[in-house]
Parts: sequence; C-alpha cells; structure tokens
Amino acid sequence: MAHLEVQNIVKTFSTRSGVAFARALDGVSFDVEKGEIIALIGPSGCGKTTCLRIIMGLETASSGQVRVAGRAVSGCGYDRGMVFQHAELLPWRNTLSNVGYGLEMKGVREPELSKASSHYLELVGLGHAARRRPHQLSGGMKQRAGIARALAIDPEVLLMDEPFGALDSQTRETLHGELLSIHGKTGKTIIIVTHDLDEAVMLADRVIVMQKGAVSEIVPIEIGRDRQDMRAVRTSAEYSKKRTLIWEALHDHETQAA
Amino acid sequence: MSTATQPDGALSSGQAETVNRRWSVPNWMITTISVVIALLIWEYFGRHANPLLATYPTAILVAAGNMFSDGRLLSALLQSSQPFVAGYIAAVVLGIPAGLLLGRYRLFEAGFGIYVTAGYATPLIALVPLMILWFGLGFAVKAVIVFLLSFFPICLNTWFGVKAVPKTLIEVGTAFCAPQSQIMRGIILPATIPYIMAGLRLGIGKAVIGIVIAEFQTAISGLGGIIITSANAFRTAEMFVPIVLIMVIAVVLTELVGSLERIVAPWQSEITGQDSA
Ligand SMILES: Nc1ncnc2c1ncn2[C@@H]1O[C@H](COP(=O)(O)OP(=O)(O)OP(=O)(O)O)[C@@H](O)[C@H]1O
Ligand SMILES: [Mg+2]
Repeated sequence: MAHLEVQNIVKTFSTRSGVAFARALDGVSFDVEKGEIIALIGPSGCGKTTCLRIIMGLETASSGQVRVAGRAVSGCGYDRGMVFQHAELLPWRNTLSNVGYGLEMKGVREPELSKASSHYLELVGLGHAARRRPHQLSGGMKQRAGIARALAIDPEVLLMDEPFGALDSQTRETLHGELLSIHGKTGKTIIIVTHDLDEAVMLADRVIVMQKGAVSEIVPIEIGRDRQDMRAVRTSAEYSKKRTLIWEALHDHETQAA
Repeated sequence: MSTATQPDGALSSGQAETVNRRWSVPNWMITTISVVIALLIWEYFGRHANPLLATYPTAILVAAGNMFSDGRLLSALLQSSQPFVAGYIAAVVLGIPAGLLLGRYRLFEAGFGIYVTAGYATPLIALVPLMILWFGLGFAVKAVIVFLLSFFPICLNTWFGVKAVPKTLIEVGTAFCAPQSQIMRGIILPATIPYIMAGLRLGIGKAVIGIVIAEFQTAISGLGGIIITSANAFRTAEMFVPIVLIMVIAVVLTELVGSLERIVAPWQSEITGQDSA
C-alpha cells in the first residue's frame, strides 16, 4: 500500500445554483511512496493546483478519494502540510510566530511552541530573521518561512504549489538545494507542482505529467537521492534524457491539439 | 513617524531617515505654521467685518474665557460629551461584531445586509424629530442619535473590510485546521483593521454631526444649545466658542483613532508606507 493514494479524482466546478461549467480533473490517479518526491507538471490550466488543493482538503472532489497512510482524508489534517505559491505569511505575525502558526492551531503551547518554531526556522536558515515581519523579508525568505511553517506540524506529506515560481533562477536553485537537504534530514514525502522542467527533473523521483485534467505520463527519474552536487546531476546523461522525455510528453499534447 | 512604535522596524527606518532626510521639517511644525497663518488671516479680515455677522480669533478667545469662568462652557461640554461617548461606544461595540458577521456569513449578509446599507444611505438626521418624541429631550435622545449615525459607517466599513480579506489568507487558516472562531479572531479581524479604523474615523465625524443636530433640535443643553441661543442673540463670538471647541475635539479624536491604528496594527503603516514625501 502506497503512502499517499490519489484514486480516480474527478472535479467539476459549478455555479452556486449547481450548474456545472468546468471539468478541471477527469479521473486522476497516482500513488506516492513514503519519502518520495513527486513533481506534478503540465500546461497551464490542466488541473495541477486543483489536484493539490483536493489533496490538502481545501477543495472537495466531485468523486474519488485521497488516502494518506491508508486513511481516507476529508478536509484539512495535520498529516498534510501546504506550502502556498506566494507563501501567504500572515502580515501581522513575525517570522517566528508565522512558522509557529500551524503548531499553535495544533494546540502546542509555550514554551514548546517557541522551541519548535525556532528549530524549524533554523532548519530553513532563517534564524536571524525571527523577529522580522513578512514585508521585511525577501521573496526567497518568505518561501523558506512558508516551508518551515508547513514542516513544523510534522506532516506525513508536504504539498507545494509552485513554491519557487515567483523567484529568480539563482534563488530558486539555492532553494532547490535546501529543499533537497531538508528532504534528506526529514525524509518527508513531497508533492511539488511546477511549471519548470528543470525543477521537476532536478528534484523529483518521479515526474507526473498532466494534460487536460488527467495524468498522461509518469516518468521515473533514476538519478538517485544524492543530488547535492547539482552540477554533476545537470550534466548527467539521465538528466538530459529524462528532460527530453518530459519535454516531449508536454509537447505531444500541443501537436495533438493543433 | 509611523514606525516610531515599532521596535522591529526601528533599525531600518532609522537608517532610511539618515539617508533620505538630511534636511527635513517635522510634520507637526508644518501643520502648526499652516494653522497660525490661517488664524492670522482670519483675525485680519474678521476685525474689518460687521461683528454681528462675523468674528475673529481673539474675540472668540475672550468669549471663551468668560464662558469658561462662569462655568457655562464646562457644563455644556459635559452635557454633550456624556451622550456622545455612550452612543459612540455602543456603536463601536455593536458595529464591529455585526460587520464581521455580515462579511463572514452568507446568511447574515443576505438577511441583514440590506438594512445596514439602507441605514448608511438614509439621512438618519431626518429621524431626529421622531427620536425626540420617543426619547424626550435629555441624555437618551442624544445618545441614540449619536449611536444611529455612527453605527452604520462602522458596521458597513467592517463588513466591506471582511469581504476584502484575500481568500488565500483564510485558506492558510483552513489548511492548518484553524477552527472558525480562530479564523475570525486570528486572520479576519487583523486583516480587517484598516477598514475598521476608517469606519471608526467616519463614525466620529457622523457622531459629531449627530450630537450637534440633536442639541439644535432640543435647544436647551450642551454645546449645540449654546450655538443656537448665542446665534439667536447675535452673540457671534460666543457662538463660535462651541464650534471651535467641537472642531478641536473632533480633530483630536480622529487623530487618536489614527494612533490607535498604529498601536494595534503597527504592520499596516509599514506595508502601505503612509509617510508621504
Ligand atoms: N474556483 C474555480 N472555479 C471554476 N473553475 C476553476 C476554479 N479553479 C480552477 N478552475 C478551472 O479548473 C481548471 C484547472 O485549474 P488549475 O488552477 O488547477 O490549473 P493549473 O494546472 O494549476 O494551472 P496553472 O499552471 O496555470 O496554475 C482550469 O480550467 C480552471 O479554469
Ligand atoms: Mg496552478
């Protein structure tokens, strides 16, 4: 039994009066093993965000179910942690208490709260910015805080929706390295939505290519877990082979559609 | 300085100041100079006008001194301020929660929103004669009128503020399993503070109008009462004393709301950069 099972999810959006007007997901199924990093990639509007939101419980599926460690999930839960596209830190909290937000909701009280928050803040390298408010952080720092907030509740699965999409490529690569090292330390299962081919191949054990609300291909990346030497990874034969494969999978659709 | 109360930002704003503002006159000094010039102009032209129709600052000051020493001013101030404070506090205490509920729950919005919109749009001043019939000429009628006039802007602003909270912020709460009450207190309320403060400020303006009109109509007490009786007796300088006093109080209260915002929501002025050049 896989750690996270997405089983035949269908999602139609409808107006309040119940008239369906968009079928965002049309039977999406995939399994994720414990400790795996999965990248969800696909053209804009294919349903990646919707899929992730359903897994998080921010959206309810029209049919199908999501199971984490064997249990069917409905609504939110501390077994899943969400990293938002634009971090979405609460502007009135400083970095430390933003990181502690989930813990607070989980019922953790002082002094454990500050201790645990500081721990995760250090883990993402933001120890020095504990007392700053979100508007005093750079984009990359905000994303790190967002990651720490999600990690702090110690979820089984970390869900990330284009977490690095708004960052410059250099910051993005730094954060790739950090995400890999956090993954090394915590062994979390991670699902990361991305637009970026290189990001997908660099980070993932398997890349799930989505087209028009369905999984069109699942590409395993056999580079191994030790990817800290990004230069070596990028120049490896496997990297360019898989990059091309996914590129073709994404393009298939375009030629079919044309 | 908006960041003065904010220890986190003290360093960065302090640095910004030394870099950008080598030569700068503090805001209060500019304001003072402006007010002094305005008063001088008024004094000059006021002295050349018919004293029945116009007056000037020093005459008002003399009248104020007389009214203060015979105790009329203080007792009128007390008569006006008690119902003002009572009505306004009631409007705040009821208006903010009502606005939060209207913005958050569809049932409330659909069921009661229309009354708040109507209450805001209607010139409630028109109800003053009716209120006098119901509540007489004393404390109660003034408090009710102040309440009616300030409740609606406070409630309406809070309501719209809740509607303007980004959905993504609320989803942060949902994603971390925050209970409804915590989403309201921990996310919606702080995110709505700027709107609430704007509502409080509008409310003060309306409440001042309310108390003065109420006293015009009841015409026997308070600062508004002095305005009416002095005007009827053509004591123009005396008439201006309560007007100026009300103006000063209204400005001070409005400023107080502003500093209240800086205290309860210090992040707000940092984000929006309210310091104008
Ligand atoms: N709340 C909503 N109401 C109606 N339709 C929606 C809603 N959210 C998403 N959709 C539709 O569902 C489809 C999938 O949207 P989704 O946001 O999941 O795409 P995506 O793959 O994340 O795209 P992008 O890469 O641009 O973020 C789109 O056609 C979109 O119009
Ligand atoms: Mg998306």
